Amino acid sequence: MLAHLPILQVIVPLMAAPTCLILRKPKLVWLFTLLASSLAFIISILLLQQVMQTGTISYELGGWSPPWGIEYRIDQLNAFIALIISGVSTVVLLAAQTSIEKEIPQEKQTLFYILYLLSLTGMLGILTTGDAFNVFVFLEISSLSAYSLIALGKDRRALWASFQYLIMGTIGATFILIGIGLMYQMTGTLNMADLATRLPEVAESRTITTAYVFFIVGVCLKLALFPLHFWLPNAYTYAPSIVTAFFAATSTKVAAYLLIRFTFSIFGISFSFTTLPMETLFLILGLLGIFIASTVAIYQDNIKHVFAYSSVAQVGYMIVGFSLSTHAGLTAMLLHMFNHALMKGALFLALAAIVYRVGSTRIADFQGLGRQMPLTMAAIVVGGLSLIGVPLTVGFVSKWYLVVAVIEKGWWWLAGLVLLGSLLAVIYVWRIVETAYFKAPIAGRHPVKEAPMAFLVPVWLLVSANVYFGIDTRLSVEVATAAAKSVFGVVQ
Amino acid sequence: MTMILGLYNYWIVIVLMMIGFYIIISHGHLIKKIIGLNIFQTSVFIFYISVGKVEGATAPIWQEGILLYSNPLPHVLILTAIVVGIATTALGLALIVRIKEAYGSVDEDEIQSMDNQDVISQEKEHQQC
Repeated sequence: MLAHLPILQVIVPLMAAPTCLILRKPKLVWLFTLLASSLAFIISILLLQQVMQTGTISYELGGWSPPWGIEYRIDQLNAFIALIISGVSTVVLLAAQTSIEKEIPQEKQTLFYILYLLSLTGMLGILTTGDAFNVFVFLEISSLSAYSLIALGKDRRALWASFQYLIMGTIGATFILIGIGLMYQMTGTLNMADLATRLPEVAESRTITTAYVFFIVGVCLKLALFPLHFWLPNAYTYAPSIVTAFFAATSTKVAAYLLIRFTFSIFGISFSFTTLPMETLFLILGLLGIFIASTVAIYQDNIKHVFAYSSVAQVGYMIVGFSLSTHAGLTAMLLHMFNHALMKGALFLALAAIVYRVGSTRIADFQGLGRQMPLTMAAIVVGGLSLIGVPLTVGFVSKWYLVVAVIEKGWWWLAGLVLLGSLLAVIYVWRIVETAYFKAPIAGRHPVKEAPMAFLVPVWLLVSANVYFGIDTRLSVEVATAAAKSVFGVVQ
Repeated sequence: MTMILGLYNYWIVIVLMMIGFYIIISHGHLIKKIIGLNIFQTSVFIFYISVGKVEGATAPIWQEGILLYSNPLPHVLILTAIVVGIATTALGLALIVRIKEAYGSVDEDEIQSMDNQDVISQEKEHQQC
């Protein structure tokens, strides 16, 4: 049983999805989905433990040995991110039933859970697989279900956002397909470990440069790296609230994983950062993302829009860490991926609770909520502080590691810019606090009640994780360091 | 000349790809966008298929006396990608049907302007209360 964990990680949610059709009743399907997601979470914990103790696990699919068969390969890096994804998915699901009762018609609720599980399958598949083409297939599984999930939103703008995402996402996926095709053409293999050994021999050719560029542009579209982020804000804003909470915490992380995996482990650092000027390019795009997206976030009227743009900015921080191409930089990036999942999960789930009670997330509707929904608003405040990077929250930890990594390189000006970016976060978080706590409740509106327990429990689970991992950083830092080490270990 | 004739399959791929890409960007009609997307994807399918061809080799079906076979792997890969492409097209068309129901239009600019209108009217509504 333990030997088959890598495949079970993907198979459990995949098989659970069609099973939902038999169960039918939304409540029952919800419990079943929760069970499947928890199982995936438990599997990912076991896998991480196993990897931390014994090192990389290679699993041969159907007993065919790689590179002929498909190999699932788990190391510290993907075990860590699989843990983030399945963990957030499970916590978010706790609130799902209550939230979608109001947002999705009864007859579509079962289908919602099926799509949710398929999306989870796709993401976990991308993480566990050791085969480049398999990545494309799983990417499309997760994307296609993502488009449909977003289109389930109540507002008609959800349809338009979903369509735009479909066009952009498919272009991105096709670019990735071209990249993989060119790699295969030059090396004759699709196995990642095999690719890593064969690519350096042909790295001088223009074909390989083209392959890398196509692949990376495709991944950056999925990552919503500035300036390829246009699909993200509307998709996050008009999707059902639960979907937003799930995607904001997970989908960009998976794309970031692909970026790390292909740039560092497969193409190798000497190719990506020495032959090509990717270092500078990523640094500039990351910084632009931080400043432009944060500034746009300040002027938004819909809080979901605010946090969606803030997500684009947070991707910028990850990319800045990535562009340093040092062990410390990668550790900072991985930590920020973990921490960002915790904060955005908490924030968007709290927004889901507000949608449940108030029916809107426009900033004007937040007036007086500080007193009427004290626990939910407190969660948003803690999440916001974490987003800014206040000490004792996870946001501080990742900013700290990022600044230390930057200073290690001797780039003081960059450290200054990173901190300046946090100040922009102060502004957009303060606007919410000001409206919610210092303005009188809207006259004539029915007094709003505190969110039901179904929301408060998962929201506060994530919020306390924000604080816990902000104080006791042993677990997250240890795993992130090990993951960064495993990536650089392959290179040398 | 050999650059063009010897590598003609790549030129076809590139031309098709650019045609598809251009349609996606330039046309406001949503169905035309999906058609552009299809052409774009098809070009990649052709790329994979033509890469698998080995000169002087036959189809990859085992037969006595034949030593050289074309590489069947890219063909198998692309079968998967074609299925994905069909799923994407189907989903895209389904979305267009829903968009038509909700907006009464399948034109990008019209939809965009209706969305902007929505935002403005919401703000007005808000100012009144």
